[in-house]
Amino acid sequence: MPEKKKIKVPVMADLAATQQLPEILFWVGCAGSFDDRYLRVTQDIVRILDYIGISWAVLGPEESCSGDPAKRAGNEFLFQFQALQNISILNAYGIRKILTACPHCFNTIKNEYPELGGNYEVLHHSQFIQQLIDEGKLRLSDNETYKGKKITFHDSCYLGRANEVYEAPRQVIEALDANLVEMKRCKQNGLCCGAGGAQMFKEPEKGNQDINIARTEEAVNTGAEIIAAGCPFCMTMLTDGIKRVSPEKNIPVMDIAELVARKLDL
Amino acid sequence: MEFIEPILLLLLIVTAVWMFSRRAKGILGSIYSGRPLNRNDNPGKRLNNLLLVALGQRKMFQRVVPALLHAFIYVGFLLINIEVIGMILDGLTGNHHTLSFWGAGYRFLTASNEVLAFLVIFVCILLLWRRNISKVTRFSGEEMQLPQKRDANIILYIEIVLMIGLIVMNMANVQLNSLSTETLTGSYPISSILSGVLGTQPATLHLIERIGYWFHLIGIFAFLNYLPFSKHLHILMAFPNTYFFKTESVGKLTSPLNVTHEVNAMLDPSYIVPPAPEGMSFGAKDVAQLSWKTLMDGFTCTECGRCTSACPANITGKRLSPRKIIMNIRDRQEAILAGSEENITLLGDYISAEELWACTTCNACVQECPVNIDPVAPILELRRYLVMEQSAAPNSLNAMFTNIENNGSPWAIPAADRFNWAQEIETNQTRN
Repeated sequence: MPEKKKIKVPVMADLAATQQLPEILFWVGCAGSFDDRYLRVTQDIVRILDYIGISWAVLGPEESCSGDPAKRAGNEFLFQFQALQNISILNAYGIRKILTACPHCFNTIKNEYPELGGNYEVLHHSQFIQQLIDEGKLRLSDNETYKGKKITFHDSCYLGRANEVYEAPRQVIEALDANLVEMKRCKQNGLCCGAGGAQMFKEPEKGNQDINIARTEEAVNTGAEIIAAGCPFCMTMLTDGIKRVSPEKNIPVMDIAELVARKLDL
Repeated sequence: MEFIEPILLLLLIVTAVWMFSRRAKGILGSIYSGRPLNRNDNPGKRLNNLLLVALGQRKMFQRVVPALLHAFIYVGFLLINIEVIGMILDGLTGNHHTLSFWGAGYRFLTASNEVLAFLVIFVCILLLWRRNISKVTRFSGEEMQLPQKRDANIILYIEIVLMIGLIVMNMANVQLNSLSTETLTGSYPISSILSGVLGTQPATLHLIERIGYWFHLIGIFAFLNYLPFSKHLHILMAFPNTYFFKTESVGKLTSPLNVTHEVNAMLDPSYIVPPAPEGMSFGAKDVAQLSWKTLMDGFTCTECGRCTSACPANITGKRLSPRKIIMNIRDRQEAILAGSEENITLLGDYISAEELWACTTCNACVQECPVNIDPVAPILELRRYLVMEQSAAPNSLNAMFTNIENNGSPWAIPAADRFNWAQEIETNQTRN
């Protein structure tokens, strides 16, 4: 058992003080910072960043909500206020490339910030990890962590339909030597988890079923042993769904980054 | 007497085109009354969308069976209308088979039209069956009442009747020809088999031929004027509507400039907010405040319900139906065109807050739409009005707004704790 090493997370303000510009800025997002479940994903991304030895940093205390939930709930004032403030910080540091683990932040920063003066290359962590694998910078060891394991991937609407990123997360799962199984509604036809458009922050409207239950049932019906996701809101919705749909099986819902970190024993 | 038919035909064409253009002017005026939106970027991609999605029916083929049925009618419509041009030229000049100078091309056209005419009749019967007997689920719903169901059936009946007129005309022509010594112009594989049933009286045959001819042409021009009052208008609107669909990522929502001015003024007190145009609001409460593209979406919708059948809110029993939103937008425009002066608005009278708050902005409806309608755009504009003009967001969303304002996060956790996640991260491995 190798000795554990503590990782010190580099903060942008400290780097700027010594005139350094990291190769990539990791935009953690609110869920990645505050949600007990999702900050474990954040920590695994940090382990991966540390492992590959790239120069990176986070904004740390200077980061703030991208504004996505405000915009989609109709509060354009609040969205633009958040966006302009974030853009002024990012531009002041001269940030060019952003990595994020939240498809909502990803979509907003990539597509909606340019009009307001923020132009960056933005990567979702599934794309980032896939690139690392393709470039040979991340070699997934030949262990049998996922050998033959059935994993299904739930497309986040803001990664999938909104930005047409369907293959990156799937290629990562296949690189894990796992058995990728698809739900009936996947990729372009993927069913929403129910949290988008600020639904995450309100009770669902009256209906005869909660959307996350419908989606979790589809995921469970694939016979998957792990449900993979790439979005903090989907993670919450599916984890809650499993508790109600299949509490006895308790199928784990895991992020792409967690799957990779576990494979590498980080 | 020979000049009577050309004059009647000319009168028919002029009247039909005049009536159609009056209605078209009304619809275009309604679309132009919407808010400005730049949809002139990237003409190459736009043309590509038009060719693939409208002309090439690409998104129809996400569901193969209805796509094939639809394709027969679509191809039939395109080819038979070429022959209609020939029929009009015949009628105006008094000639027969004006297009026959085309030789083999004309034989191909007439032959394929006969086959297609029969296929169209067959397909229309299947489609009537799907709507009225097997009752495909997506053809029902709150917004699919009697007038909508009737419209769909009328279109199918008209198409059947038009095809029968065409075939009867051809049958009479073939039979008349068989009684003469002339060679047959064009190729009529099906009429040639059936023509015997019409008898051998030249006068009767001639009358039947004229009836078939006029029946088809009057039918076509009547249909032209039924179109703009029907969901069938999609056969024209699909082309501009796919062309003007957004070229950026589907996930990108508009950032209205009037809000940007206000936010700039909040951040910089010396910033001067330009005067707003009249009737400007934050978000939309009625069609006049929606973009012209959204208003065009209203007139393009063919009520197929693919959007609603893919909507996660609708699937799980919520009141939201993207098709209803788009149909409401058209209904409201129609009411204004008809001179509605009552104190009613799209928001509230047609579309309820409950429907709007059920949307997850997942864009499944946009993905499904075979003519690239975007129901998320108006849903967002109406939400904006509820939130920014009426402060009528659900309480939980107001709490979320307050949290973002105070803590920079949608949850009620102090901003000072934002970086706590980084305190204790250990790893087993270092880079080797």
